[in-house]
Amino acid sequence: MVDISTTIGSLRIKNPTMLASGIMDEDAGSMHRMIRSGAGAIVTKSIGLHAREGYPNPTVLELEYGLLNAMGLPNPGIDAYEDELQLLKKSRVPIIGSIYGATPDEFARLADTMQHCGAAAVELNVSCPHAKHYGMEVGCDTQLLYKIVTAVTEQVTIPVFVKISPNVTNIVEIASAAEQGNADAIVAINTVKAMKIDLETRQPILANKTGGYSGRAIKPIGVRCIYDLAQHIKLPLIGVGGITTGQDAVEYFMAGASAVQLGSAVYYRGPDVFRAVCTELKDWMSAHGYTNVSQLVGAALP
Amino acid sequence: MNIPIITPIQSTTLETKDVKTITFAHPAPVIPGQFYMIWIPGVDEIPMSVSRITLKTKAITFRDVGDATHQLFQLNAGSHIGIRGPYGNGFTIAGKHLLFVGGGTGIAMLAPAIEHARKQKVKTTVIIGVKTHQELFFEQHMKRTGATVYVTTDDGSYGEKGFASDLAATVLKKEHIDAVYTCGPELMMKTLHKLCKHIRFQASLERYMKCAMGLCGQCCVGDGLRVCVDGPIFDGTTLQKITDFGKYHRDAAGRKIMYK
Ligand SMILES: Cc1cc2nc3c(=O)[nH]c(=O)nc-3n(C[C@H](O)[C@H](O)[C@H](O)COP(=O)(O)OP(=O)(O)OC[C@H]3O[C@@H](n4cnc5c(N)ncnc54)[C@H](O)[C@@H]3O)c2cc1C
Ligand SMILES: Cc1cc2nc3c(=O)[nH]c(=O)nc-3n(C[C@H](O)[C@H](O)[C@H](O)COP(=O)(O)O)c2cc1C
Ligand code: FES
Repeated sequence: MVDISTTIGSLRIKNPTMLASGIMDEDAGSMHRMIRSGAGAIVTKSIGLHAREGYPNPTVLELEYGLLNAMGLPNPGIDAYEDELQLLKKSRVPIIGSIYGATPDEFARLADTMQHCGAAAVELNVSCPHAKHYGMEVGCDTQLLYKIVTAVTEQVTIPVFVKISPNVTNIVEIASAAEQGNADAIVAINTVKAMKIDLETRQPILANKTGGYSGRAIKPIGVRCIYDLAQHIKLPLIGVGGITTGQDAVEYFMAGASAVQLGSAVYYRGPDVFRAVCTELKDWMSAHGYTNVSQLVGAALP
Repeated sequence: MNIPIITPIQSTTLETKDVKTITFAHPAPVIPGQFYMIWIPGVDEIPMSVSRITLKTKAITFRDVGDATHQLFQLNAGSHIGIRGPYGNGFTIAGKHLLFVGGGTGIAMLAPAIEHARKQKVKTTVIIGVKTHQELFFEQHMKRTGATVYVTTDDGSYGEKGFASDLAATVLKKEHIDAVYTCGPELMMKTLHKLCKHIRFQASLERYMKCAMGLCGQCCVGDGLRVCVDGPIFDGTTLQKITDFGKYHRDAAGRKIMYK
């Protein structure tokens, strides 16, 4: 029998495919659907203290090899989002509250509310590549990041995940700052900063001009990041970036991830992708004589 | 690839003082009820249903209601817009006698479905509901298809005074209707839905859209139904389960806005 359940620190999930932040997770109904589709855990849309409309359209494009988005962190604000979370309180799968802010205090307040609403963990979005004053702008400053993570871990008792950006020279340095701040896991990667220009009008198509690249094209980047982190960071790792099939998940496990998140795959294979990836994972594991995900974790490391 | 393709506007027609039709070359097949994302470079990209289908050209018909539609309204033949799509599911047109109810600009997106029904020689009744006579468009166009066309105005300035849904109730009592198709203000569609418990029913929903690719979750209704992919057309049984239908929609930030 193949067992695909996994653990991320103290958090146990029945399968290792989690819904990545920002995909089908702005309201309770959507998250219900993703739970029904077989996701092992749900990461919410990144939520801030106040409502944000995000950028005008175009916000998402499908390019040859991946997706390009600049949503601009749209969200109804934590107070309105509480209503959505209340509807998920009885959920069978863990809900992980993704939050963004500009200061340690903002992050701590948001994390506190998430915990209060029943979140099984919080994920700090310090890696959005296209939102002024937020995301990557705070996540690239190791001192600020350390302060943010410390403020949150001191505020809440639930596990604290830190989602980091690949758009940095030294990803290990960033993750180390989170580790020193007592984070419980590192999530890597957020999207890769990118652009698409329309030749006819000679202008970037995204309203925000630059955006974040995701999907299959970035999988090798994500795998490399996890592989680097696994050798220098003691925390559990969650792999994100381009995972579309069961074998993609295996690759991330071998690089050192204990679980994976799927975002763009929901576009490429539809909401039922979670069930499909789990089936493919089980098939691959049984064909190769593995019975447990933990046997795969870090298998490719030196 | 799923990106806007810059396309010249072939022609434009002013339907009323604030409703315009834009026709552009687009050879790909489209089902009545599907929509495009229309990019006005430097401004915004907005969803627009197809309002006219020929083999080589397609059209959109829209009201100038805000920033993007206002910019779009200024454009004329030769100007360029970005087109991507078609998106969504489209209507399923079947039955011996069909009733179409369009409220406001809703008639624009019903028009290709009505034309399709008439090409199949299906008996078709159309109700166009507008606030006042000045807002009426597509009446002659619909009559030319051979459909029976009624107009209601809220103020009685033309046709029958009253709401489109009131006249629909009368038609449903008098005639044997196999299916009802509607697009318009959501409260009107909700009223019709209640009248159609035992008649096949399809309504086109409007929700704020961002990706139009079924990914971002912005347009979701009910238990995670994406209006951009699973809709915009929903049938009566599905609508029964969508508790937000006729109650609220969400703004660009995802905040609930109640219908009133
Ligand atoms: C599937 C679909 C098909 C549509 N078909 C037509 C059509 O055939 N003819 C027509 O006149 N209108 C149609 N609409 C509505 C049209 O998209 C809006 O009127 C338009 O987006 C308004 O943009 P604006 O910038 O001019 O207005 P704004 O000033 O930005 O806003 C006015 C209102 O328009 C709506 N709106 C704005 N942006 C969007 C968006 N990205 N997605 C959805 N709604 C938005 C909001 O509810 C807002 O309150 C359709 C909408 C949808 C979802
Ligand atoms: C449309 C879209 C919206 C996203 N929104 C968020 C977000 O709000 N917060 C966040 O941390 N990541 C966000 N992401 C990044 C994803 O969570 C994920 O890290 C990235 O897309 C890579 O994974 P993938 O290749 O499986 O999509 C978004 C991605 C997409 C495509
Ligand atoms: S607009 Fe993004 S899911 Fe429909």
